[in-house]
Amino acid sequence: MVPLSYYLLLSGILFACGVLGFLIKRNIITIFMSIELMLNGVNLSFVAFAAHWHMMGNLNALSGQVFVFFVMVVAAAEAAVGLAIIIAVFRTRETLNVDQVNLLKL
Amino acid sequence: MLHLILFLFFGTLCVAGAINLLAQSHPINSALSLIVVMASLAAEYLLLGAEFVAAVQVIVYAGAIMVLFIFVIMLLNAGQEERTKGSRIAILFGIPGVLIGAVLTAWTLLHHASALAVPIGVLPGGPHEVARLLFHEFLLPFEITSVLILIAIMGAVVLASRPEAVAKRHDDEQPRTMPELVGAGKEH
Amino acid sequence: MTITTFIVISIIKSIAVIAVLLTAVAYSVWLERKVSARIQNRWGPTRVGPFGLLQPLADGAKFIFKEDLTQPHVYRPLYIAAPIIALVFAITSISVVPFGNSLYIPETQVGSWFTIPEIDTPFQITDLNIGLLVILGITSMGVYGIALAGWSSNSKYSLLGGLRASAQMISYEVSLGLSLIPVLIKSGSFSLRAIVEAQQHLHWNFWYGPVWWAPLGALAFFTYLISAYAETNRTPFDLPEAESELVAGYHTEYSAMKFAMFFMAEYANMVTVACLATLLFFGGWLGPVFGPQLLQMVLPIFWFCLKVFFFMFLYVWVRWTLPRFRYDQLMAFGWKVLLPLAVANIVVTSLIVAWRA
Repeated sequence: MVPLSYYLLLSGILFACGVLGFLIKRNIITIFMSIELMLNGVNLSFVAFAAHWHMMGNLNALSGQVFVFFVMVVAAAEAAVGLAIIIAVFRTRETLNVDQVNLLKL
Repeated sequence: MLHLILFLFFGTLCVAGAINLLAQSHPINSALSLIVVMASLAAEYLLLGAEFVAAVQVIVYAGAIMVLFIFVIMLLNAGQEERTKGSRIAILFGIPGVLIGAVLTAWTLLHHASALAVPIGVLPGGPHEVARLLFHEFLLPFEITSVLILIAIMGAVVLASRPEAVAKRHDDEQPRTMPELVGAGKEH
Repeated sequence: MTITTFIVISIIKSIAVIAVLLTAVAYSVWLERKVSARIQNRWGPTRVGPFGLLQPLADGAKFIFKEDLTQPHVYRPLYIAAPIIALVFAITSISVVPFGNSLYIPETQVGSWFTIPEIDTPFQITDLNIGLLVILGITSMGVYGIALAGWSSNSKYSLLGGLRASAQMISYEVSLGLSLIPVLIKSGSFSLRAIVEAQQHLHWNFWYGPVWWAPLGALAFFTYLISAYAETNRTPFDLPEAESELVAGYHTEYSAMKFAMFFMAEYANMVTVACLATLLFFGGWLGPVFGPQLLQMVLPIFWFCLKVFFFMFLYVWVRWTLPRFRYDQLMAFGWKVLLPLAVANIVVTSLIVAWRA
């Protein structure tokens, strides 16, 4: 029997690490991975609440699990398009450091 | 008791993977730590009873999206070792942000701990239940996300294609002149 | 059944299954060498033991004693971890595969102080109700062994071979998963035991399909088989490790024990694919069962092993008969032919099932 707040705490820690990575890191790909980490933390929160609501007897409880699918789909689409953009940027700028991709003109 | 031990074990793996993602300088190590995070999250979903979500997490997230990330890291091969310069704004907002987040989570933990306990495997997370919801109540979002994936595929293909390939197609469409034929025609 | 009995039985089952799997992997190498030799009109291993049956032992000893070269400029952690990853994920997927019916041992007295409690376990390490998804997930994770091996070897041939192999594997994973959906529509569950039990009375998924007059099960079977051949990097889809093109591709820089681990991982994947093909399309352990109680428990395992042996033989037969695809032909085939076929199969099967309901 694990309290619900433990799951939310874990989800919050993952989300906070994702935000930290997004702000601190300089490599574009690592920034994208921090975004994925944030989405994963949120997924855990969805499923934990779905379990809690199901235990409380709510009829709409399982929607939490289903919503995780939509989050995963959006994350997949965003990862695909984002990585394609990274490849396109890399072809012209020859660098993956976001500090050097700060001018519209080369 | 077993539930708590398993939750703490996989939770520690998650947090260790997340912190390792921040601490490593080579992006391939960060990618591998993220795979560890996703696998331990799948175990956490299993502990909550959402087995279908756990399987899909392993297949889609850890088995396809992270492979995509690793492909790009291997292909570009330019993020050898990143030199972090340390942005001042990030430190200015980041460290107080982390402290506020830590205080909030500690308050949540102490205040609400023993009230709501979730037993092990409580969700009916089998494929039948998820499918019943996905194809009845959530049918419209399901169809819209399939269109979204189609758009993402087309966008990724267009964005990642080489500009020379596009230019070559334009070259092929222009008429080719053959000088010797023109010369022969002029002589006639 | 008490908890200690359950744990002890599970440990015994796991050890037995892994031991049998590793022996099967070793002897599938022997099978390949013998069958390929006969196809090429020569003898194959005949010296070591009768019919060369002890050849895998000699090969194992050779791999242990070979010099373990490690190139200086490899990325050391991943270089060592990649074959372990490949082997671990190749062996793990056997944990949800059922081999037969239940094992029932009544309570017996051994000696004067020890009684074996009543045992009633299925011939399967664990029967998850998402068993098929677990196998698909482990197959998806097996791509990492190859991708990381190619990258960490720090060599042009390895990187190119690794990238090609991983791209091929993730492309054919899609049609692999989609081709199994008509089987799931007919069986109604992801649990492998339930899928086999839906094929009783000769309603094998290979010829029965959703209705008897629509052989969509055969189409699903051939789509699955071709995707699985591409997934395990076997000819005609083995360009990533072809000797003449890429100097052994992603395992160029590996020697001795690490190369042996890649080798074993490839054959363990082949065994998993063969097991899945028999479970999903050919009725698993179903076959004529007769005789006393002990024979009735052992005969299903015998039928299962016979069918798996047939699929391993088919693997070797196809390898030494067909030439290899070029890489762009391979990818075009996967995305432009197999994927639409699998999706069309799903649509037609579900239309038939919905129309009959």
